[in-house]
Amino acid sequence: MRRDARLLGSLAALVAALALASLLTGPADAGLRAGIEALWTGEGPLGIVLREIRAPRTVLAIMVGASLGLSGAALQGYLRNPLAEPGLIGISASAALGAVVAIQAGVSALALGVPFAALGGALGGVALILGLAGRRAGGLGLILGGIAVSALAGALTALVLNLSPNPFAAYDIMFWTMGSLADRSWGHVLTAAPLMLAGWVALARAGRDLDALSLGEEAAASMGVNLARLRLLVVLGAAAAVGAATAVAGAIGFVGLVVPHLLRGAVGAMPSRLLPAAALGGAALVLAADVAVRLILPERDLKLGVMMALVGAPVFLHLIWRTQAGR
Amino acid sequence: MSLSLQDLTVRRDGCPTVDHVTLEVPAGSFVGLIGPNGAGKTTLMQAALGLIPAEGQSDLTALSPARRARRAAWLPQAREIAWPIPVEALVRLGRRADPDRRADAAAVAEAMAALDVTHLASRRATELSGGELARVLIARLLAQRTPLILADEPVAGLDPSHQFAVMELFARFARQGRTVIASIHDLALAARFCHRLVLMDRGRLVADGRPSEVLTPARLEQVFGVSGAFVPTPAGPVFVTLPPPPGSSVPVPPEP
Repeated sequence: MRRDARLLGSLAALVAALALASLLTGPADAGLRAGIEALWTGEGPLGIVLREIRAPRTVLAIMVGASLGLSGAALQGYLRNPLAEPGLIGISASAALGAVVAIQAGVSALALGVPFAALGGALGGVALILGLAGRRAGGLGLILGGIAVSALAGALTALVLNLSPNPFAAYDIMFWTMGSLADRSWGHVLTAAPLMLAGWVALARAGRDLDALSLGEEAAASMGVNLARLRLLVVLGAAAAVGAATAVAGAIGFVGLVVPHLLRGAVGAMPSRLLPAAALGGAALVLAADVAVRLILPERDLKLGVMMALVGAPVFLHLIWRTQAGR
Repeated sequence: MSLSLQDLTVRRDGCPTVDHVTLEVPAGSFVGLIGPNGAGKTTLMQAALGLIPAEGQSDLTALSPARRARRAAWLPQAREIAWPIPVEALVRLGRRADPDRRADAAAVAEAMAALDVTHLASRRATELSGGELARVLIARLLAQRTPLILADEPVAGLDPSHQFAVMELFARFARQGRTVIASIHDLALAARFCHRLVLMDRGRLVADGRPSEVLTPARLEQVFGVSGAFVPTPAGPVFVTLPPPPGSSVPVPPEP
């Protein structure tokens, strides 16, 4: 639709502008022209900084944000609940458990050991949820399964911390779970990209069925929606995208919850039209937050997840207040 | 299009909620499915569509979901809408099974006009009254343009004039050769508009025929615990439901 094209166009322009800001923000200060020139040629220390440090960080911010926004929108559509978010089905918690075990075991010395361990954890979480929630169960089974998996992964993470003989590992774990995009390499991008892409494709294919599901499972099934297939698409798609995002960036909350909320009105509340908008919106939000952490406390490594929660929670409260007040 | 059910049985926890129902509905009929609460009307229609597992045979269960959606449209009893979708977009959801995109605009406009919801086109579905939402959801059903329509209590919650309009619309579809099966609690409406009534009780099909044949005093008392009669009026005979006759075995509610 024409109105959607305009919305998606302006969101894409916002993402592009924020990506540029992300490339130009950092301790090695560069002007707009010098920065673009260095990025283009890749020459000199500034070229290396831009190409090897800031470019992967920017690309990851876009990928992680898009994954979280898209997964949030798809899960809200599937569960027909505006309070659903990617963390709900337990993927973030089980990915975190994988990472925590890896850090504790000293795998963090290997370049991409932690992300791969986190992916393994996410995979285990998905298997458990699909097993728990059963084949024919609806949204409620999925939510309850997710709560159980989150609780289990959370308990095991706490157990690892509890019994950790190494205070440095415990410190690492604590920082990792806060979520950050600092010091990420192209290796991280390449680790996450294939799974994320697979997740995006699966979620994008679910769009039309999610529209029909707005009328309830029974009506959707009568209109030709294969509910079992839709459920697999959404759960596996969200798990792949969020699992990969958590593996490379740690736990980043609120994006998947707030972004679909903010954009729902602009797309006439239609789930399929919300998906691309939420992906772009998520990318913009994570980029903006990642620029903000570098601007606010450049010396102290303010964590992205902390920043997001600090901004996200008040925004969410405001949204609830507005909805309760009948806008 | 006709619908044929052979020995359809649905068990819940071992108990049959639909018990060996065999039913032939030829094309061009408007069948009213009547019976007390819990008689198995909804379950029968869901099983006929293949939405729930059942023993026995139905024409529709062999079809893939997408092909079935082009042959039969289903109006569930629950009037759900999860998101504040504009009315026109909601009605358009009925078009998803039809690959012909060029027919969409006409089908949507026609369905909305038939249900008198054109003026609500840009309103959000979550802000409508219950009866308005019910009409919008029936419009979604019509937009599917299927030869077979199954509707679960389509007129419940509508005002009298829209009840008449919906029943008249279904009767017209039947005259055009389409087939409509609707569960209805209002026996007067069912008797007035349906060519054929199918009476269910405790999962079984207990009577099937013209309204005057099915709505006999004995059956009414036995199945519904009420009595009733066809009363002659200038507009033809009208069926009225009456309290059970004195001395009947039906339990009387205690005095408050």
